[in-house]
Formats: sequence, structure tokens, C-alpha cells
Amino acid sequence: MELVCPAGNLPSLKAAVDNGANAVYFGFRDDTNARHFAGLNFTPEKMADGIRYARRKGVRVFVALNTYPRPDGFARWQQAVDRAAGLGVDALIAADIGVLDYASSRHPELALHLSVQGSATNYEALRFYQRHFGVRRAVLPRVLSMSQVRHVIEQSPVEIEVFAFGSLCVMVEGRCILSSYATGRSPNTYGACSPASHVEWIETPSGLDTRLGGVLIQRHPKGEQVGYPTLCKGTFCVDGHRYHAIEDPVSLNAMALLPELDAAGVRAVKIEGRQRSPVYVGQVTRVWREAIDAYRRDPTGFVPRPDWTAALGKVSEGAQTTLGAYHRPWQ
Amino acid sequence: MTDHAMRPVRQPRLAIGPISYYWPREQVLTFYRELAAAPVDIVYLGETICSKRKQLRQEDWLALAEELATAGKEVVLSTLSLLEAESELKRLRAICDNGRFLVEANDIGAVQLLAGRPFVVGHSVNTYNERTLAVLAREGCQRWVLPVELGQETLAQMQRLRPAGMETEVFAYGRLPLAYSARCFTARARNLPKDDCQDCCIDYPDGLVLQTQDDNRFLALNGIQTQSARTLNLLPQLARLRDLGVDILRISPQSTHMSAIIERFHQALIGALDPCSAAADLAALMPTGPCDGYWHEAAGMALEATATPT
Repeated sequence: MELVCPAGNLPSLKAAVDNGANAVYFGFRDDTNARHFAGLNFTPEKMADGIRYARRKGVRVFVALNTYPRPDGFARWQQAVDRAAGLGVDALIAADIGVLDYASSRHPELALHLSVQGSATNYEALRFYQRHFGVRRAVLPRVLSMSQVRHVIEQSPVEIEVFAFGSLCVMVEGRCILSSYATGRSPNTYGACSPASHVEWIETPSGLDTRLGGVLIQRHPKGEQVGYPTLCKGTFCVDGHRYHAIEDPVSLNAMALLPELDAAGVRAVKIEGRQRSPVYVGQVTRVWREAIDAYRRDPTGFVPRPDWTAALGKVSEGAQTTLGAYHRPWQ
Repeated sequence: MTDHAMRPVRQPRLAIGPISYYWPREQVLTFYRELAAAPVDIVYLGETICSKRKQLRQEDWLALAEELATAGKEVVLSTLSLLEAESELKRLRAICDNGRFLVEANDIGAVQLLAGRPFVVGHSVNTYNERTLAVLAREGCQRWVLPVELGQETLAQMQRLRPAGMETEVFAYGRLPLAYSARCFTARARNLPKDDCQDCCIDYPDGLVLQTQDDNRFLALNGIQTQSARTLNLLPQLARLRDLGVDILRISPQSTHMSAIIERFHQALIGALDPCSAAADLAALMPTGPCDGYWHEAAGMALEATATPT
């Protein structure tokens, strides 16, 4: 089982490589990828440095090109595909059918992975991407239960990668436009969810309000820890009740499911967090490396060690973790 | 824009999208009985949100389809947007193989099953550029619906570049479909597990409104789907939609005032009603109020302009 780790910049890439990643994924410094944040991502030169560093340690490199170009932007995505192919990356992670069509016809030697942003939740969709573009691997959206993951893999014509740890999308990735509804910018069109450019932190007599596109997402009393106002993690009112109506501010941690994921035939587990610090990447990679190695040594006796869980809890959003959709009652 | 009036411009046809909510059986049957006599050209039928909604079975939808076809409507069978379980794929295959009516694919899994036959691609399939549309056209797609977060600039580019014979449909009225999840937010609001949801979304015929803590009616929860609380209305943009050669305007059903809404669109289309004054009437019929930001390449919830000059 391959451990696929995030690299938002060169220090993060090195942290992932040094702590035991089997593969790293990154993006160019623009809206062609779904972590289009200020100061993040790679210039072509830095990317070449990163690829050299990873290769020396036998680590594979994937480029994420997983947003949806509109007609007037398509040429830039084509150039990004060409650049990735020119750098000799091990795989291109793409979502848009047009981008996949271009990449497969122009660079038939380039391995293609279907991004989670491609929203393929069923094996018929996977067959489509395999048949048309020869996609070799797909990343499943974080909406399937463990038994559904198993079923998809049984029928899938491509290998499957799943999210194992990190910030949790509650919605089917690639099909959520809550962010652009509030701000005009979405992961699909702009490469960012709840973009910082539209966030306001407003002091009030009772504490601090966070707003996104002017919409009140969270109201913190004085002294409470203030989180980033991701739209779907806000506190709202429904039918007179005030609560996290969509999702609590928690992170996904599927470590307890490692034996089940492996038995199901999952080929790679993905760590989310290209926007996080090199320290986060290093710690999470190290813990997951240890866990996967421990599982390999003793598959039947595997249980997540308390110190692993504690270390992951410390870097989790809201310091809480969940099994997410893998665990049916979450749904 | 006086030249516009002199040029013969094809009138967009009017479509009624699938009912996105869970309505009691009698309400659905009554809705379509009335629709049979309404001035609409195309009717999309079927459950697109949740496979647990079973007030109507497949035979019921097919019977409705026959009745509406007899009444002169073009009928399209619409399909589930989020496909997870094998039982959902099984039902999808039955719809794709119906052998009589055109099918709307709302997921690439449905496109895979429909390949080689004519079909429609709905707004939840990400058709963001002409190369994507060309791939879908080669599969048999003959009509696509503009994804709702795309605006008039992108539509204009797509209209110039769309494959020959491809029809373009625009979601023109209704609460906007914004997201799909494995989680049922209606059941969550009622503190029920999804596997024992007790069909609670049947209590919210236009979705369950989610408000911010400062009382802004922001979203509408519809089972596993999240919609906008505000209602998109593009009728004021009718002149621009015509100029862009849009073939079909889609009205997404709400639980009340549908005949009045259809009538306003129809009157505006035949030139008997000014689209802007129609917009004021329509705003009063909406559960929360209007928005049109996406059309202007802005935040979807914004209300930018009332009209393009006619």
C-alpha cells in the first residue's frame, strides 16, 4: 500500500520524503490545481528541484492539475499538462474530462490518475475514465462507506486510492459550489474553497465573528479558539436549533481501518494537507509510515498505537478526528 | 439593441426540471396532471436526489411519462446525481434501457451506460469547456445543461465552440443545487440516523432552510443535497439568453405557485410580458427571494442586475 503525501512547497516535499512517503503530490503555482493559495505551490524550477530530491530517495511524484478550465483558460491547462509531462512526473492527477482528453492524446506515455475532484463514486464512472483516457488510478471521494469502497474496488478497472487522513470534505468533491455561492470562487473554477481573500475576522463586544463573503460562518465567544471559517464547518440555525448543521470541525483519520482498506484492495492511502506546514507533513507522514510498516509486520494484530493517535490528534482540525463516511453512522 | 428585434431569433423552449424534493405521491401526480396542460415543451421526470424516496416507483414514473407524452410534451427521464450503492446502479440501468424516452445523465456513471445512444447531460456533470463537451458529444450527448456556477461569459464562449447539433439548456429558475453528500442533512437536523431517516424530508416540500446566526436565510437542506435558500431567476436576462442562442430554459419546481411561474416565463417568451416586470412578480412567489450572481460571474447568492436592455 502506497503512502501518498502532500507537498505545498519544497520544505514540505522534503519532510514527506524524509519521513517515509512512497509518493508526493504537488501543484503549479496557479489556479490549475485545487490548492491555489497564496505563497503555496511550485514554480517549474522548484518543481524540478523537488522531483530530483524525491527521485534520489526512490519516491514517486504526482502533479495535481485538478481544477476545471473554462474555454478561455484551456490553453493554460494544456501548457501545465505539457510542463508536467516534460518534467517526467510519475503521474498527472486530473479531474476535467477535457484536460484528461488532451493529456491522453498528446502524452500517451503519461500515467493519469483521476482526481478526487473528478467525483467518481461508482465503478461505471471509473469505466468511463479508463475506457476514454486509460486512467490507471482513481482517488475516491470521501463519501463512500467501507463496504461501498470494497464493492467499487471489486468491480473497478483501475487501481484505487483513498483519503486516509486530513481535512474532511463532507460533500462529493468536484460537485460542491458552496464556496462560490458565497464568494464567486470555488475549488472547480478557482482552485480554492472558502478563499482567504473573502474571509473577514470581526471583533465584536462578545468576541470574534468570522465571515466568508460577508456570510457569518462562526461566532466565537471571547477566549474561544478561533478556527478558519470553512463554509461547511460553520455554526448555523435550522428549525430553531443552533449547531454544526453540515459538519463539525473535525479531521478524517482512517488509521483504524488500515487492515480493512488493505483487505479491500486499496492500493494507496492519501494524506490531505498541501496547505499545511512542513511540520504537519513531516509528523503525519512519519506516523502513517510507522503504522503501515507495523501493519505489514503483523497484519492480524494491528491496532493504532495511542501515541500515533495522540500525535495525529494534535495536528487535526478542531483536535478531533472521525472515520467520516467510511463509518456508516457518520452519514 | 434595436438590431436584436429585427433579426429572427429562435425562441428558447421551456423545460420543467425534475422535482428535487420529496413530495407525497398525490402532490406529484397532481403537479404533473396540471403540467400536462401548461405551456411548457419539455418535462424531466424522476428522482435525482435520494434512492430511499419511494413514493413513486419506476412504473409510476413511466406511466406519467406516457401521459405527458400523450399531452404533447417531450419527456426526459432524469437520473440520480450521486451513485453509490449497487441497487442505485441497477435502477439506473433500467432507466437507461427504457427504450422509449430520452435520458438525462447526472453522473458520469450514467454517461458510461448511455454511451452510443442519444442522451442529455445534466448540470451536475462538470461540463466546463468545449473539449469536455466534444467528448460527451462523441458518446451521444445531444443536449447539455450549463453547470450552475458558470456565468454568461463562459456560456458565450461555449456557444461559439459547441459541437454542431448540440442543444444548450440553462437552469433559469429555482433554488440552486450547490452540493451533494453521503450525509443526509435533513436527518441530521432531526437527529435521526440516515439509515433510519423516517423519510423526514417529506416534511419540507421546498427544503429546510439553514440560517446564519444573524438570521440570514442562506441555504436549503434537501436530504443529501444542499441548495441555495435564494431562488435563481434568469428571466430578466431573456434578451441575452436569446442572443446567445440558448435552446432551452429550465424551471426547477417549487411546491407552490408553479402555474404562475410558468405563466410568467411563457408570457415573457411570447413577448406579451416585459421580463423585468415579470421578475418583480416572480420575486414575490419565491420562498426566500431572488439571486443571479453566478450569471454575472459573481458570488452565486448576489443579486446583481434586474435586466439586460431589450
